[in-house]
Amino acid sequence: MAQARVRTADILKNDTTGLLAEWMSELRTRSDNRISGTDIEGQATELLKLVATAAAVSTDTGSADWAPVRAFLDEVSRTRAQQGFSAQETATFLFSLKKPLFSRIRQAAEKDPVALSEETWAATEMVDALGMHTVKAYQKSREEVILRQQEEMLELSTPVVKLWDGIIALPMIGTLDSARTQIVMESLLQRIVDIGAEIAIIDITGVPTVDTLVAQHLLKTVTAIRLMGADCIISGIRPQIAQTIVHLGVELGDVTTKATLADALAIALERTGQTVSKVKAS
Amino acid sequence: MGEFLLVTIQVDMHDRLARTLQDDLTSQIERTGAKGVLIDISALEMVDSFIGRMIANISAMSRILDASTVLVGMRPAVAITLVELGLSLPGVDTALDVERGMKLLRARLAPSPRHARRQV
Repeated sequence: MAQARVRTADILKNDTTGLLAEWMSELRTRSDNRISGTDIEGQATELLKLVATAAAVSTDTGSADWAPVRAFLDEVSRTRAQQGFSAQETATFLFSLKKPLFSRIRQAAEKDPVALSEETWAATEMVDALGMHTVKAYQKSREEVILRQQEEMLELSTPVVKLWDGIIALPMIGTLDSARTQIVMESLLQRIVDIGAEIAIIDITGVPTVDTLVAQHLLKTVTAIRLMGADCIISGIRPQIAQTIVHLGVELGDVTTKATLADALAIALERTGQTVSKVKAS
Repeated sequence: MGEFLLVTIQVDMHDRLARTLQDDLTSQIERTGAKGVLIDISALEMVDSFIGRMIANISAMSRILDASTVLVGMRPAVAITLVELGLSLPGVDTALDVERGMKLLRARLAPSPRHARRQV
């Protein structure tokens, strides 16, 4: 077995150019315009070199000798994921190496069927292991992308706006969960301190459903605002939500609630001792 | 400060300090006959359940001694912590800063010193 292994490593080492040329022609049949031919060739050359070095030392693709290969594949998968390739296309990049590699193994071991099958099996295992690693890395980088988008969405969805002197409003959109409530609460409280706002209006027009958990989160926010020394008004409660709140038996306590943001602003102005009046036509 | 007492908490309160404060404050209210107490916790960065309860206690004690308490300058992080601890400090009045707290106390004392509490 050890003897047979060395042969694949020899092929990789001695016939790099031929192998690369054949692999490239294999790759070209499936290539598209998202990545240039020279880029693919550069990656393929680099990968073959790394694989040849690693295969000469060890057969175990999980060992430390293969670490440079794995790191390189991680990098390739990440860029592929960012360029919008599918997992299948990314893995095919590696699997298309099989054909040229196997044909070379067959040439080398033509006289010896046992060695041939053993060698082929070993090479398959190697390429498969690398392919699996590629897919895994691809998946990971895709998940990273999703996570980052989620965080960005979270940032975007909590804008605190100043409505008037000492009055700020937070239009909430989307479902409230614990993580979001935490961020909402923090940014709202921070703004209260920054502006010195006396009244904060939380507008829940964009919140599709209110369940006990959401109501509890809301109450927590209201309590925290009160502790800071500001008043809180909840506005934008739709009829269905009002019904749900009562059916659920949620006690909103002495929280001021208003149907629309306009009503909330009116009462906020009243509490801060301000009025808005129409300019009289002369 | 006139008929009010201003308590500024500068350092992180540990338990013994909090108890000393409680003693000091009650005897001061008794001695000066203060009608209002402002507790400025804007320098306080950390609270635990004990401190939270202590604040509630101080407020209740002053009320018994006929002085209303206003808690001013609570930081966002402190407010969140207190809420997470389940301490909503019912009955304790709050204001954003000392100035507003003072205004609140004056407004309360002006019509009649023992007027109804502000509903929040």
